[in-house]
Amino acid sequence: MSEKMHMELKVWRQAGPGQPGRFVTYDAPGVSPDMSFLEMLDLVNERLVEDGEEPFAFDHDCREGICGSCGLMINGQAHGPERATATCQLHMRKFSDGDQVTVEPWRAAAFPVIKDLAVDRSTLDRIVEAGGYITVATGSAPDANLIPIPKPVADASMDAAACIGCGACVAACPNGAAQLFTSAKLQHLNLLPQGQAERWDRTISMVEEMESFFGSCTNHGECEEACPKSISIDFIALLNRDYVRAQLKQRRLAGQSFP
Amino acid sequence: MTLDSRIPPGPIAEKWDSHRFSMKLVNPSNKRRFEIIIVGSGLAGASAAATLGELGYRVKVVTFHDSPRRAHSIAAQGGINAAKNYPNDGDSIHRLFYDTVKGGDYRSREANVHRLAQVSLNIIDQCVAQGVPFAREYGGLLDNRSFGGAQVSRTFYARGQTGQQLLLGAYQAMARQIALGNVELHNRTEMLELVVKDGRTAGIVCRDLITGEVFSLSAHAVVLATGGYGNVFYLSTNAKNSNVTSIWRAARQGAYFANPCYTQIHPTCIPASDDFQSKLTLMSESLRNDGRIWVPERGDDDRVAGQIPEGDRDYYLERRYPAFGNLVPRDVASRASKREVDAGRGVGPMKNGVYLDFADAISRLGAPVIEERYGNLFQMYERITGEDPYKTPMRIYPAVHYTMGGLWVDYNLMSNLPGLFVLGEANFSDHGANRLGASALMQGLADGYFVIPYTIGDYLAPLLGEKPVPSDDSAFAAAETSVHDRVSALLSTNGTKSVDHFHRALGKVLWDNCGMGRTEQSLDKALSEIPAIREEFHRDVRVLGDGESFNQSLEKAGRVADYLEFAELMCLDARHRKESCGGHFREEYQTEEGEALRDDENFAYVAAWEWLGVGREPTLHKESLEFESVQLATRSYK
Ligand SMILES: Cc1cc2nc3c(=O)[nH]c(=O)nc-3n(C[C@H](O)[C@H](O)[C@H](O)COP(=O)(O)OP(=O)(O)OC[C@H]3O[C@@H](n4cnc5c(N)ncnc54)[C@H](O)[C@@H]3O)c2cc1C
Ligand code: FES
Repeated sequence: MSEKMHMELKVWRQAGPGQPGRFVTYDAPGVSPDMSFLEMLDLVNERLVEDGEEPFAFDHDCREGICGSCGLMINGQAHGPERATATCQLHMRKFSDGDQVTVEPWRAAAFPVIKDLAVDRSTLDRIVEAGGYITVATGSAPDANLIPIPKPVADASMDAAACIGCGACVAACPNGAAQLFTSAKLQHLNLLPQGQAERWDRTISMVEEMESFFGSCTNHGECEEACPKSISIDFIALLNRDYVRAQLKQRRLAGQSFP
Repeated sequence: MTLDSRIPPGPIAEKWDSHRFSMKLVNPSNKRRFEIIIVGSGLAGASAAATLGELGYRVKVVTFHDSPRRAHSIAAQGGINAAKNYPNDGDSIHRLFYDTVKGGDYRSREANVHRLAQVSLNIIDQCVAQGVPFAREYGGLLDNRSFGGAQVSRTFYARGQTGQQLLLGAYQAMARQIALGNVELHNRTEMLELVVKDGRTAGIVCRDLITGEVFSLSAHAVVLATGGYGNVFYLSTNAKNSNVTSIWRAARQGAYFANPCYTQIHPTCIPASDDFQSKLTLMSESLRNDGRIWVPERGDDDRVAGQIPEGDRDYYLERRYPAFGNLVPRDVASRASKREVDAGRGVGPMKNGVYLDFADAISRLGAPVIEERYGNLFQMYERITGEDPYKTPMRIYPAVHYTMGGLWVDYNLMSNLPGLFVLGEANFSDHGANRLGASALMQGLADGYFVIPYTIGDYLAPLLGEKPVPSDDSAFAAAETSVHDRVSALLSTNGTKSVDHFHRALGKVLWDNCGMGRTEQSLDKALSEIPAIREEFHRDVRVLGDGESFNQSLEKAGRVADYLEFAELMCLDARHRKESCGGHFREEYQTEEGEALRDDENFAYVAAWEWLGVGREPTLHKESLEFESVQLATRSYK
């Protein structure tokens, strides 16, 4: 079995929303390189319980890189050093014995800290509620093969739909913008034939909802770097294109109905 | 109480239609006068919420997740079955029905399974219309693959993320209803008690996980769609927070728990690497199409895999099952691996796995073909283990994956408690003693989109004009007190051991004694050890922090406390079922070749348990299973 490693952790501790927080240093010996990053945190927490100190809170669930619950700033990088990897899929063999590791929550105005490393990301849900769906009453759908979708179109839509909604893109962005998240949801639907009827309204409402919570995109591209699913910033270009077109259409429609 | 499954009369293929006609309806303008609580936002809960909200009911959704989209359904990889027969390869509603009953080892209710196969067609239509980006052929039509040994290609998939895409579809449909005000979402909220008043379900008591506030929600009906309880074993492929609490709390209020011992063990998971392992990761079943499973002949063979010559290897599945070889069904493959590891022939640093070797496939087909087929899985394996499966064989071992048992429900998906409905993995229906691959997603969406919207109306219609029991009623107050008491007891125990310590101890007892193989003796052992762990837990658990803020240890502690009660029922059920069927393998009941031996004469029934209190013998209610459309037969894979 591989050698154990000895780490030093600097963990952000904050008792609750709006409360002051600070870094606390923890000694973490006996870390196996085969552990996932979260298992390493489990180990440290387990020892904290033994010592009578309250363990730190962090969100996680699937531990398979798909639910989007986990998300930590590790040494200043969203989800840590390995590309295209969510925190739960990061393993300790990517670190070296003796490393100091700083662990922080997502930092973004739209994601207030709940406690320690856990943040509230429900603003992302608000964006979806604003229009991130295709309206289809249950039972009213036509046969699934009625509308063929060219494979490249379906594939591109799937590339966008792969977003796990973890919020790393927001955390990595110097402006705290949610363009990558929003564009991924938008293009998942806007690219599909089924998504056309609501395309322009959807674009306007989702973008406006996004702007009410998040910062503006100035094309840093940090979001794509941080994304555990490697969602491409090309989707942001498509969002911008759709938004301009949607505004034009809205103006024209308004012009027609109210001459 | 007698169990009335309310199976409609008539020929199997017409039951659902005639039942839909005979059920009572709630007039569209009256729907808004009914309140419905849905606990859970996975495929079953989200699809139900979206549909009921859209019909006009006033719906409240409760989930402990921060966002409904994170429910465990998101992690399903392989696909979803439907009898569309697009590939024209002989599938039909009847075949999907037949395969499911047979796959479940003849322990499911025919009428429910047939309805599931029928509505499977609508599910795919619905999902495509919502924008689920299923895989497509070059002509633009939907692609299908065969899955889990099925003889037809009826599985629809979206890369390796089918669950994610289906859940996003349902979540988005629900998000629309939230925006319209038809669905009220309570996220980061955990249901901790079910409230029953005058023989009817009145509502639930919840805890706000951020503020710790305990509060009641009342409604005309409660729908539980809270998933499976595989995590009772501590290590499983389930998401870490999946748990038994909601259905166990309902069982404590009188809902019958059906077939709790039916658990599915998936053969191809990555073995634990360490005692600190927190969960197990599933590797798709499809790997068995090209990988060969083997162990060294001798347990003390310390050579690396590549240096062990052919003659010193045992390809035990190919040897024992020449016809099916590495493709035997899940339960058979799992037990065979266990046998090798138990005999000391396991591989890897902890000797807890078997090899799944691609060397032959790579030399036959070339690495690029293998990469095209399994590239993402190989990558995932390497990320987790640090080993490259192109060069050295994968190590795999079975892991707990799915629970077929759950709350007993009738044909309308209503439990024996009037007004309590149960959907998805949380109920016992449809899969009998073993679930086929790609059928859980189908069932969750069938229940939520196409069954509950009809059947709940039949329950609600006669209640028109009645208000739900007010949430300040004494029944709610008593339930709130019980939640407060449990929370303070956990916080004030102030013992010496963490919650996980007890969870791991329980998991080990279950895995060793009520896992892949069970015997009268092992179950007796588990039944004597569980109460001891439970007693120690309540005496010596250490839960730090307080009850008025976000406290994950407290959440876990509540769930483990419920597991510690539930686990006993699971073992009792396993002990009483003196036969082997599907995922339930009683070692005393096997054929000479070591295969499961069913006892249709004595055990062709659903075991629905009525809980009577900790330490008291539960009462068994039997729903006998009648097979009118499918002939009982023995499965054989030789
Ligand atoms: C790794 C893996 C792969 C799988 N792959 C496939 C596959 O390819 N095909 C297939 O058909 N099936 C697959 N399955 C099985 C399938 O994913 C599940 O059976 C199914 O998704 C369960 O859905 P559900 O809606 O019943 O519950 P879940 O998705 O588990 O949702 C449960 C919901 O209930 C909520 N909840 C639970 N308890 C409480 C409480 N007390 N209070 C408040 N909220 C609560 C949770 O927050 C969550 O929202 C797989 C399972 C695993 C583990
Ligand atoms: S825990 Fe689910 S993505 Fe990391």
